[in-house]
Amino acid sequence: MISATDLRLTFGKGTPLENPALRGMSLTVNQGEFVTVIGSNGAGKSTFLNALAGEVIVDSGTIVVDNLNVTKLPTHKRADRVARVFQDPLAGTCEGLSIEENLSLAIKRGQRRGLSTAVKKQYMDQFRESLSSLNLGLENRLGDKMGLLSGGQRQAVSLLMASLTPSAILLLDEHTAALDPKTGAFVLALTTKIIEEQKLTALMVTHSMKQALEVGSRTVMLHQGQVVFDIAGKDREGLEVKDLLELFEKQRGLSVDDDSLLLS
Amino acid sequence: MLSDIALYGAIETGLIYGLVAFAIYLSFRVLDFPDLTVDGSFPLGAAVAAVLIIDGWDPWLATGCAVLAGMAAGAVTAILNVKLKILNLLASILTMIALYSVNLRVMGRPNIALLGEDTVLTPWYSLDLPYHQVPVLLFVIVIFASLILLWRFMKSETGLAMRATGANPRMARAQGIATGAMIILGVAVSNGLVGLAGALFAQSQGAADVTMGVGVIVIGLASLIGGEAVITPSTVVRALIACVVGAIIYRLAIAFALNADFLGLQAQDLNLITAVLVTLAIVLPGIRSSVVGKLTRKKA
Repeated sequence: MISATDLRLTFGKGTPLENPALRGMSLTVNQGEFVTVIGSNGAGKSTFLNALAGEVIVDSGTIVVDNLNVTKLPTHKRADRVARVFQDPLAGTCEGLSIEENLSLAIKRGQRRGLSTAVKKQYMDQFRESLSSLNLGLENRLGDKMGLLSGGQRQAVSLLMASLTPSAILLLDEHTAALDPKTGAFVLALTTKIIEEQKLTALMVTHSMKQALEVGSRTVMLHQGQVVFDIAGKDREGLEVKDLLELFEKQRGLSVDDDSLLLS
Repeated sequence: MLSDIALYGAIETGLIYGLVAFAIYLSFRVLDFPDLTVDGSFPLGAAVAAVLIIDGWDPWLATGCAVLAGMAAGAVTAILNVKLKILNLLASILTMIALYSVNLRVMGRPNIALLGEDTVLTPWYSLDLPYHQVPVLLFVIVIFASLILLWRFMKSETGLAMRATGANPRMARAQGIATGAMIILGVAVSNGLVGLAGALFAQSQGAADVTMGVGVIVIGLASLIGGEAVITPSTVVRALIACVVGAIIYRLAIAFALNADFLGLQAQDLNLITAVLVTLAIVLPGIRSSVVGKLTRKKA
């Protein structure tokens, strides 16, 4: 379980470019929930994810992951609890390292690394099994450099890497946005499959309202660094994009002027 | 042509600079950390080893201390970068400048002669080998051992974490790798190798000098880049072998250039030749491919 309470963060404090990214953001995600997060540009989605991952440290508020207060911990000290897939398909893997080396890095996420050989024989069966579930033929290319793979393949491997060891939460940062629609759909299907099979707790940021309603068990909308609405269960069933927009306008007395939210 | 002594001399120095090339591979290539500390840690290694040998220490123990001194210098550079957030290149220049004073302090004077002292080479001269081949034999053993150790390290969990730190720091952090600690460790090990090279260089040349580090970084880079041009560094072990091969080729090229009387070059032209060779090593692969491209392109 993770709970973020009253997170506040301002970029460029005391400068003309002062930008309050999080203004009292609170959200609790329970074990096994798959939450989709939407919001227009500048709503604080990415900042919120970065705050949970530890890439930015919030000015105030607390973040608790599985009963540990991680608010001030740097990324690598909370990596045992927080797994992550980036938006940029090239960001989640090392292109100069082989597929098996990347997977071997991920299998030790958040654990002590010693001087024993990194790519161990006993990992290979697990690697081959999970890679073959992708149906990309990668299980026969363990020694290939990551850079030889396409963006979609690399994103699929990033997803595998994030789910190779247990985590308290899996953060997905618009991880299908940089892919073509077909590959994006493939990676999204893979995401839901992995999350369901392994009963993961996940938080997925997306730019598409349609996607936010189609997958997951709960949808949260952010606006100006706060949660504007949070729907799950019966309320969420059968909901369409236009209902979401109405809900948003009713809540805020605002109209959504970000075309990308409507169009995607 | 080269005399036997000049040939073995070139290989001997090449093997020592092979250690420097390992160090530069580790900082520039693996960690993506342009580290100029080596110009200071090379004479530091020489100074520490020379002072301790003069003081009557066992030469191997003195060499070990030179390695530790080099590691400390590297750690200072990395800490300036990681903890104090100083740009990596500038951090290394600061350490390099500071080391000039430190080296003078360590030696107490600008140079120390090791003539007549027991060095790591002394016991090896009792072997039934020509005098000029002895250092080559010992340094081949040293560089082979270093290569194996480095290769095993790069393949270890920590080594892999270090490679990820240089290649993709954001991904490395997300995997729970303390990237700052990896940079400190890597730059320290790198300069430890340079300290070793400096200590061996002083013992084989019979003196330590405060100016002996000038341009070591460029020689190391020349070896690294030259080696990569000859042996494609597609794996760690190939990259390490490329370092040694590049360093020896570089020293042979210098020896030939200085020995070719028709060129009219003299010892004082060494740094100029080095700069020209590095430039050629960087530029030539590009020119070659563009020339090949022009020659083979059938359709415009």
